[in-house]
Amino acid sequence: MTGTPTPAQIAARAEARDQVRTELRSRVGGKAETEVAAPRVGPEEVTGAQSIVRSLEEVGAEVVFGIPGGTILPTYDPLMDSAKLRHILVRHEQGGGHAASGYAHATGRVGVTMATSGPGATNLVTAIADANMDSIPMVAITGQVGASAIGTDAFQEADIVGITMPITKHSYLITDPAEIPRTIAEAFHIASTGRPGPVLVDISKSAQQERTTFSWPQELNLPGYHPVTKPHSKQIREAAKLLATARRPVLYVGGGVIRSGAADLLRQLVDLSGAPVVTTLMARGAVPDSHPQHLGMPGMHGTVPAVAALQKADLVFALGARFDDRVTGKLSSFAPLAAIIHADIDPAEIGKNREADVPIVGDLREVIGDLLPELAKEHEEHGKPDVEGWWRQLDEWRRTYPRGYSQPEDGNLSPQHVIQRLGELTGPDGIYVAGVGQHQMWAAQFISYERPNTWINSGGLGTMGYSVPAAMGAKVGQPDRTVWAIDGDGCFQMTNQELATCTINDIPIKVAVINNSSLGMVRQWQTLFYESRYSNTDLHTGHGTMRVPDFVKLADAYGCEGIRVEHASDVDAAIKRANEIDDRPVVVDFTVSRDAMVWPMVAPGVSNDDIKYARGISPAWERED
Amino acid sequence: MSRHTLSVLVENKPGVLTRVAGLFARRAFNIHSLAVGPTEHEEISRITVVVDVEEHPLEQVTKQLNKLVHVIKIVELEPESSVHRELLLVKVRADAATRTGVLEVVEMFRARVVDVVPDSVVIEATGPAAKLDSLLAALEPYGVREIVKSGTLAIGRGARSITDRAFERAVRSA
Repeated sequence: MTGTPTPAQIAARAEARDQVRTELRSRVGGKAETEVAAPRVGPEEVTGAQSIVRSLEEVGAEVVFGIPGGTILPTYDPLMDSAKLRHILVRHEQGGGHAASGYAHATGRVGVTMATSGPGATNLVTAIADANMDSIPMVAITGQVGASAIGTDAFQEADIVGITMPITKHSYLITDPAEIPRTIAEAFHIASTGRPGPVLVDISKSAQQERTTFSWPQELNLPGYHPVTKPHSKQIREAAKLLATARRPVLYVGGGVIRSGAADLLRQLVDLSGAPVVTTLMARGAVPDSHPQHLGMPGMHGTVPAVAALQKADLVFALGARFDDRVTGKLSSFAPLAAIIHADIDPAEIGKNREADVPIVGDLREVIGDLLPELAKEHEEHGKPDVEGWWRQLDEWRRTYPRGYSQPEDGNLSPQHVIQRLGELTGPDGIYVAGVGQHQMWAAQFISYERPNTWINSGGLGTMGYSVPAAMGAKVGQPDRTVWAIDGDGCFQMTNQELATCTINDIPIKVAVINNSSLGMVRQWQTLFYESRYSNTDLHTGHGTMRVPDFVKLADAYGCEGIRVEHASDVDAAIKRANEIDDRPVVVDFTVSRDAMVWPMVAPGVSNDDIKYARGISPAWERED
Repeated sequence: MSRHTLSVLVENKPGVLTRVAGLFARRAFNIHSLAVGPTEHEEISRITVVVDVEEHPLEQVTKQLNKLVHVIKIVELEPESSVHRELLLVKVRADAATRTGVLEVVEMFRARVVDVVPDSVVIEATGPAAKLDSLLAALEPYGVREIVKSGTLAIGRGARSITDRAFERAVRSA
């Protein structure tokens, strides 16, 4: 404690403090006139609407999937003149959101969707929640009512920032047009860095109409946003040590590997470690399915070898995976013998569901990049670990429980056969986009993925209707690739209006409707857990039904080629024909057996040890001892 | 369950409190008390939140809070190394017959009377939660008519400032 300071001391302190604050504020507050180099573009006198379009152009957006409406109309006017932005007019905002997601999935770039206020914005909610669960870089731009009308329950007003707060990575409400360029720059930065995710930018109509200035580049003002990308070297060494000594290791690979673009490095890690690898639903394609160390997908509908390997492992190395309940089954009995190395860019994932013995926070490219030389060093010093016994065991499981299915007893088309042939005839250069349900699981199981970003689906949220619009977005992002939407008859009826968008905008996707005339996965659960009481799962779209709607006629109505396949002998010809058509979308209605079920299966809430290879068939674990 | 006090430094932006409170609700954490106000840096607000949780979920909620773009820093303030205070305003029945007794209690707890009418007084008191509980218990017999509390405020003991450090960190990375 000092005595009472003199007025001079007080003044001196105040001055010093003010100096520091001015300095700090100029940097944190983004008003650093001294720091910002002369802008490359501008300042230009523009409207807020023009500022939005200019910002999107400068930030590198190529495509916007959207629908205009009252409060976003000012922005659609300059959008019409943009030579850099392609706007694709979708038929429903949810379709626009999923298309942005499919585009982001297929290209690794930020997907952009635009909608008006109120119902336009609320229609985006499902797509935003979906992108949030699957860590998809997306920016959603919505119109908002004029600033003076906000909070008055004005026409088409909805508090979309409030509504989407729990399902966005971040969100903004702009009422001052001067904030538009910096906000859009921040939105793209946040969406695409760290753990990617959706960012909502809600912009009042008044801000779009007012005059403002536009300049670029913009200095970001994000004092609370510092994603850690560089892993801790001590943890990397620890991980290398465990991996070099484990006798029964498993690499448990999640979607983070694909998001970080680390598939090539992962391949090196797989080869160097000699460990078996499993790829989750979000990570199919991260390691080629043809790789001899690949055991397939783990989880509820995973392969027996993949599930069993995790259960018996002494080391599980999770890379960009989040110990989701669909993978772990009953959490307390998941991989009970294993030490856990958990690498993820999101620190909150580590220890969330399963305690990590070696936590590693970082971008997987850097994590694996740092780990490879450490692991090589371990091998040099102590020799390669002895995993021969482990592989004998794994190979026996692979021999005993191969991927497979039985032919339906009703004589109808087997959905697994259709999907398998679709993958074989189209090849690993195609992109496969699934909806949610049985067809999604079969597409994950029976198509061989050799490259990342070729398998696109709604994993976390499980959004029925994802397939058609996401395939549209993927095709826009990868126009030279064959893009197959593998959909169910239930899913297809939720979002097939986007076929109009595809036809009109020359986006020739192909849709395989795996039509079992029912909400198949729900029906499967009713068969297994509700005594075959089929409450509200019959859709009347398959053979021997009213066929409402008739998918071939529907395809025709949308200007698509419609093909119906009811017999196994017609499957190949139909797929080949579809693959040859490139001037319009194709819809193939495969009417399949409704009794086909997805196997293997771990029933919900039970241990992965209780996996069923097929109905009533439990693997015999004793073999391993 | 154990009680934890978190100081959350956030950007002074609209909607920040909603984001923080919403996160607690969404992840099923009960907020015992929450107080928010400005700091010596006008760009930074400080939220003091008291929660009843186990150690593991506390770590999880801290990590989730850190993911909010507007959250700059989170510090858990341990009771032994920090000062915790609440403000209490309480309206108590006090007529000519009981006023002396009420004032004795006020005196004992070093509280203050801030408003007097013939049949009641408003008492202001600050202190740790336990002291205010004791004060309320002592006033109870006279008839407590209305209570309002600020929620806990807390600050670390010693010379170090968490806001300065957070501010510097923010600046370094800017």
